[in-house]
Amino acid sequence: MAKKSEAAKVVTANRLGDGLVVFLGQEGVWVEDIGKAEIAHANGDADALLQQGLNAEKANHVVEPYLIDVGDDEAAVTPLHIRERIRTLGPSVRLDLGKQAGEHLF
Amino acid sequence: MYRYDEFDINFVNARVDQFRDQISRRLNGDLTEEQFKPLRLMNGLYLQLHAYMLRVAIPYGTLSSRQMRQLAFIAERFDKDYGHFTTRQNIQFNWPKLEDMADILTHLADVEMHAIQTSGNCIRNVTADHWAGVAADEVEDPRPYAELLRQWSSVHPEFTFLPRKFKIAVTGAPNDRAAVAFHDIGLKVKENEDGEAGFEVLAGGGMGRTPVVGVTIRDWLRKKDLLAYVEAIMRVYNLHGRRDNKYKARIKILVMDLGADEFRRQVDEEFAKIDAPEVLLPEEEIQRISAYFAPPDCEKLDDNDSTLDGHLKENTAFRLWHDTNIATHKIPGYAIVNISLKPIGGIPGDANSAQMRIVAELAERYNHDEIRVNYEQNLVLPYVRKSDLFQVWQELVDAELATDNLGLVTDIICCPGLDYCALATARSIPIAQEISNHFSDAGKQREIGDLKIKISGCINACGHHHAGHIGILGLEKRGQEYYQITLGGSGDENAAIGAIVGPGFSYAEVVPAVDKIVDTYMDLREEGETFLEAYRRVGAAPFKEALYAAH
Ligand code: SF4
Repeated sequence: MAKKSEAAKVVTANRLGDGLVVFLGQEGVWVEDIGKAEIAHANGDADALLQQGLNAEKANHVVEPYLIDVGDDEAAVTPLHIRERIRTLGPSVRLDLGKQAGEHLF
Repeated sequence: MYRYDEFDINFVNARVDQFRDQISRRLNGDLTEEQFKPLRLMNGLYLQLHAYMLRVAIPYGTLSSRQMRQLAFIAERFDKDYGHFTTRQNIQFNWPKLEDMADILTHLADVEMHAIQTSGNCIRNVTADHWAGVAADEVEDPRPYAELLRQWSSVHPEFTFLPRKFKIAVTGAPNDRAAVAFHDIGLKVKENEDGEAGFEVLAGGGMGRTPVVGVTIRDWLRKKDLLAYVEAIMRVYNLHGRRDNKYKARIKILVMDLGADEFRRQVDEEFAKIDAPEVLLPEEEIQRISAYFAPPDCEKLDDNDSTLDGHLKENTAFRLWHDTNIATHKIPGYAIVNISLKPIGGIPGDANSAQMRIVAELAERYNHDEIRVNYEQNLVLPYVRKSDLFQVWQELVDAELATDNLGLVTDIICCPGLDYCALATARSIPIAQEISNHFSDAGKQREIGDLKIKISGCINACGHHHAGHIGILGLEKRGQEYYQITLGGSGDENAAIGAIVGPGFSYAEVVPAVDKIVDTYMDLREEGETFLEAYRRVGAAPFKEALYAAH
């Protein structure tokens, strides 16, 4: 098993205006689809990514950015922890709501 | 019902205006999240897993049809068409936008509602017996005192920054339906030897990571001394309550540290320092507020209604619902209708806007325009004529609101858990849903009898698991959801904290474990013995045996 520090990572936060879950994508753009998130593979990259997130918080675009561990096989980017999987998809008890319902993706 | 006076209107409107300004400063970047967070929390606005969450107070659980319609409107217009009734007589909206928040609060203020006192270290929304004013066993309607406490505490400068949140519950009946022993202060209206109504005062109860059953610190208190006495309690708490450690800051820790006797002595000492305590609560003020809670004009009816008897004979589904969901009213010819928000396999406490509107409509047509919400996440129509019950039931059936399970195994209290809550360690709702599906058979539920299952998604215990006959607490172990089961808790007048039965269970093991517990009870119970009575008689051993012997 890979050591924890070696897991691929993305930065997530909630968007200031509507509170929805977003991920830091390329060129500092926040995206709703984790599939479009910028992935850090090495520790140093993760730190730099988080710093970008924190800057965006300072600029009042998002709230409480943090790094999460993800598995990224070719097919999909999936958070390793259940909490983050639920954030990424929506409530597991309301499959008609949240991103899993295609609600917020554009 | 209580109506805002000019002071209330101005107070709430001023708070909305102030928050509107704070929100726009946050959105344009003048306020950081760090600066804004305490401000939004003072207005009931949280940031949860998926989005912001707004918690709206329903003081002492009483709503008018107009207010319920406004909640439906907010759910539909600003949220995803539903709301979640909580275990503290609040309603939560799970998806509101910060950008819409000031408008939402304005719509709430239009119907005399707000989200103040639903968050932060203040005296929280005062909760009350949901059958207040109508229950047959009641000494007196406790809601006027809840309202007096609300008015007094919401503007009291000393109580805005307490060491920690502070919860008060009131009941007017000996059968405690408000879980007063699990509150920082619990008040019970009762009569002294001379037949004068006053309060028994409990203090130091609470759930959370250190569950404690409150102790009686005053056996009987004159009504007019209520505010002075509560003030004395608050002073002792404010003086000694720990601000250095949030896990130790609740009054329960102080009462435990000092001991009930010393705590009582200090409160009495403070109380004695307050000159003329009745100045704080003059008789006229009690009368003035009580007048708002005067019962509506009920007809003089015969308690027996022959058409009702006919329907009960002819219609089994109606009779089953009537058996579980109707409670005895203090006025002849009337009934208390309990509307279960626990459909089989559904999400406990959730209601969509259409359902809210139907309930509002029923309340208007059949129930003097009044609705109650209770801490068990159900709704109540407190003044239905017996002769209208069949009609009301039919309309509830059409709205999918006629689940006949009040107090039974599928009437589960459940917090939002990891499906919504940022603090959660495990999911609670799907566990409730699976238990509900498992015990869906109406006959089986009745055979099992009174059984309260309560589920929390973390140690904060919003799902009251400590007070569940069967309590389930969701935790995390090595990145996986994992559940601890407690047995023997109770939130009624014989309050008790459930004891952990043994090692925890994985997600998939929970329903089979609950099933074993229920089977064990059914095998060992004596004639007419409820789960709780049986557990109190035999203790945990047979349940442990059933759960773990094979391991
Ligand atoms: S008990 Fe925990 S998970 Fe459940 S609502 Fe409270 S804080 Fe959230």
